[in-house]
Amino acid sequence: MSADLTLILPEIVLAVFAMLGLLGAVYTGKDALASALVWATSALFVLVALWVGLAAPETHTGFGGMFIDDGFSRFAKVTLLLSAAAVLAMSEGYMSARGLLRFEYPILITLAVVGMMVMVSAGDLMSLYMGLELQSLALYVVASLRRDSVKSTEAGLKYFVLGALSSGLLLYGASLIYGYAGTTLFSGIIQTAQTGDVSLGLLFGLIFVISGLAFKVSAVPFHMWTPDVYEGAPTPVTAFFATAPKVAAMGLFARVMHDAFGNAVGDWQQVVALISLLSMFLGAIAAIGQTNIKRLMAYSSIAHMGYALMGLASGTIFGVQAMLVYLAIYVTMNVGTFAFILMMERDGQPVVDVASLNMYAKREPGKALAMLVLLFSLAGVPPMLGFFGKLYVLRAAYEGGLAWLAIAGVVASVIGAFYYLRIVFYMYFGDENAEGLDGGKSPVLWGFLMASAVVMVLGIVNMFGVEGAAAAAAASLVN
Amino acid sequence: MDNLLSFTTFIPAVAALILAVFLRGSDAASQRNAKWVAMFATTATFLVSLFILFEFDPSNTGFQFVEQGEWLLGLQYKMGVDGISVLFVMLTTFMMPLVIAASWNVDTRVKEYMIAFLLLETLMLGVFMALDLVLFYLFFEAGLIPMFLIIGIWGGADRIYASFKFFLYTFLGSVLMLVAMVAMFSDAGTTDIVQLLGHEFDSGTFSILGVQIVGGMQTLMFLAFFASFAVKMPMWPVHTWLPDAHVQAPTAGSVVLAAILLKMGGYGFLRFSLPMFPVGAEVLTPLVLWMSAIAIVYTSLVALVQEDMKKLIAYSSVAHMGFVTMGIFAANQQGVDGAIFQMVSHGFISGALFLCVGVIYDRMHTREIDAYGGLVNRMPAYAMIFMFFTMANVGLPGTSGFVGEFLTLMGTFQVNTWVAAVATTGVIFSAAYALWLYRRVVMGDLIKESLKSITDMTRREKLIFAPLVAMTLLLGIYPALVLDIIGPSVTALVNNYDTATAAAAAATPMVGN
Repeated sequence: MSADLTLILPEIVLAVFAMLGLLGAVYTGKDALASALVWATSALFVLVALWVGLAAPETHTGFGGMFIDDGFSRFAKVTLLLSAAAVLAMSEGYMSARGLLRFEYPILITLAVVGMMVMVSAGDLMSLYMGLELQSLALYVVASLRRDSVKSTEAGLKYFVLGALSSGLLLYGASLIYGYAGTTLFSGIIQTAQTGDVSLGLLFGLIFVISGLAFKVSAVPFHMWTPDVYEGAPTPVTAFFATAPKVAAMGLFARVMHDAFGNAVGDWQQVVALISLLSMFLGAIAAIGQTNIKRLMAYSSIAHMGYALMGLASGTIFGVQAMLVYLAIYVTMNVGTFAFILMMERDGQPVVDVASLNMYAKREPGKALAMLVLLFSLAGVPPMLGFFGKLYVLRAAYEGGLAWLAIAGVVASVIGAFYYLRIVFYMYFGDENAEGLDGGKSPVLWGFLMASAVVMVLGIVNMFGVEGAAAAAAASLVN
Repeated sequence: MDNLLSFTTFIPAVAALILAVFLRGSDAASQRNAKWVAMFATTATFLVSLFILFEFDPSNTGFQFVEQGEWLLGLQYKMGVDGISVLFVMLTTFMMPLVIAASWNVDTRVKEYMIAFLLLETLMLGVFMALDLVLFYLFFEAGLIPMFLIIGIWGGADRIYASFKFFLYTFLGSVLMLVAMVAMFSDAGTTDIVQLLGHEFDSGTFSILGVQIVGGMQTLMFLAFFASFAVKMPMWPVHTWLPDAHVQAPTAGSVVLAAILLKMGGYGFLRFSLPMFPVGAEVLTPLVLWMSAIAIVYTSLVALVQEDMKKLIAYSSVAHMGFVTMGIFAANQQGVDGAIFQMVSHGFISGALFLCVGVIYDRMHTREIDAYGGLVNRMPAYAMIFMFFTMANVGLPGTSGFVGEFLTLMGTFQVNTWVAAVATTGVIFSAAYALWLYRRVVMGDLIKESLKSITDMTRREKLIFAPLVAMTLLLGIYPALVLDIIGPSVTALVNNYDTATAAAAAATPMVGN
């Protein structure tokens, strides 16, 4: 038993920290500690990320197989912890300037992160659901953090109702799987689910589970909540939605597909490939008409999840590696992009209109250049790192026998390039006389923006070792 | 020096970085500094690249000055030049100082302008030196970013449309090539171009959705690469982005576009399409030859009716690139020799023609042909230089334009007489539109009031044209300068092609006879 507890010590530390924070904040009164708590949480995330990341490269299972601590889960945990830490650090200034900083915010984020860490380590349908719900419940609340804003409460409500529906789908699928496989353990399901020999009930269960997971990664056709939630939630929360939960949900997706249904690749490959295809195209086409940069980023993340799913759809070790590399690059780009969006303000008020970026390059050449790098990286134009993410998943798809998906993916990337270029157009070629934005002085945000842009350029030399770590992680997942 | 190629390639990038980091302010002094830094860097690059030319051994048909290093994803950082690429490297380094000199009058956002051009030079050099598929693609595509900005920021009135069209058109062409590259990577297990040149891709016929694909994978890969290079070249009917981009781009941007960027398409055909997919190339050769012939005649006719000088020269570029594709796909010694020669010579001539337009555009701020007339009265030196390059463009013997056209026509005649015959009529049309343009702009009486005070070329402008005139004449009189360097490599290329297609023909059982 104590060995099992040692295994989830990082999660316990974070959960205890959240509860202590809650106690402390309650006894010290109104949000006095909020700022300090944000920084402390962010620092703790980094420490836990180091702790998890530097652990010995071994695979342990605990709680009778319900909890798996392997290279894959550690890679996903480090990615999501670091991105959550970055987003927290970015949000402090923005939220306290607007009176949004309540002590619940870092605590809820911590709880969500604990949920995500359980998700990527889940070895059983029960722990999968526990992690997923812990994460989701915390996120529903965070989405409506701005209580007096109609849009923010709408975002929270919408997210909650649709999230509950998807949880229902997932649970229904899980019950079918349990019914037909006789176990909720992934290691047991994989014995039953063999390619060409999957019973109809199990197949139905699989499809329902995929639907529930697709909702969490906001893949088409379960994406409808994304633009509204992204738009309504306070921008730092949007930044959080765009990063850590995506990593966790994709990690969980890969975990279920490979650990539980790894012997039935043929049965889910086409489904995942199809939602990947739809996500890429919808994300690319629907974003063209957006003028709100947060909605635009929502569609952008839908498209990016499509590419990450392309890696998963290949059903190979290399595919999982490609997906992990893609996610790591994706969160880095998004952290930088949202740092930029958080700096978009006029007279102290946040601005989200893309057109307000008119001739931004003239006033803020440094920031505009960094954003330019990030946008081309998001579009997947070489030599930025974003291109290598695409190259990985394309290769995975091709080698997984999905050449058609690879071709469709590159065509979608050309369509998608248009709306990234449109932002470049406003920043660099826009109208000289239009009303511009303020400088937005924030050293923290500036630092994240620049760091992210530099990573996009210098990362092409050796990807800072992420490639090897992702390969090891993928190998530990796919047996 | 072991890494001469990388050194040459990255001098401009380093200069761009220096400009970006250290140059502050936008007053006249810092603008001048930006120009001189760019001038110094491009000249230094040219001087260093001379070492490549002088130490290059034409008799060696393999790659020289090769550098190699491990990279991520099993890719390599590998650079090298052979007889086919070395002249494009030289063309790039030769043209860039002239381009910077031609931009001396730019006064908006000079620092960014120079950074964009310096980065562009690095990327263009990288394209011609890369010996790894993905490294090639990286340089090839990345060049779109600075060019997009150059057209979009410093371009003409309709620059937004032109820049987006330029970017998305070429991007769409290239991503298909990327998929083919991924396929090659999977098939051959390497992205090393040297190894891929020796790899035989499957050419067995198969069918997709009931359609028989003759030449199999090779044909498909050829088509994917073709999509990219044909757009870049540009070939009829995917050439429509070029006139827009040329018209809207600033003069220096047009020069780079015409002189160097278009050559990437031709280089790509020679580096990838022909040697790596010989069977696929052979299957589609008639199509490409006829597309070239149509391009030559059609775009020459279109050029006749243009009212904008830059547009006219842009269409003439498309026509001249038609000779290049024709020569390449004739796939014999004269054809390929001629194609490379034509590309080098077109680099000088079309670059010079765009500079000629730039000279009067700087003075009158219009490119309408109707706005001019009788310039010879006030600008005798200009009239002479414009005359020279008009004649070179027409392909007058004694200029480099003649050699390329003649060789490609000769090569094509041996393969497909009809294509050669049709293409030859294009030579006449090119004389028609070029001379007519010249007559309307330069000849006649000076009757337009606005032109009465126009001044002749300054010393700076004359200095820019001097090396171009010298090169055009030199290559026209003594073409062996180029042909000796490219000859052995071209021979090897053509022999490999013949061997591969003959082997494929022998392996395929004859059907129907």
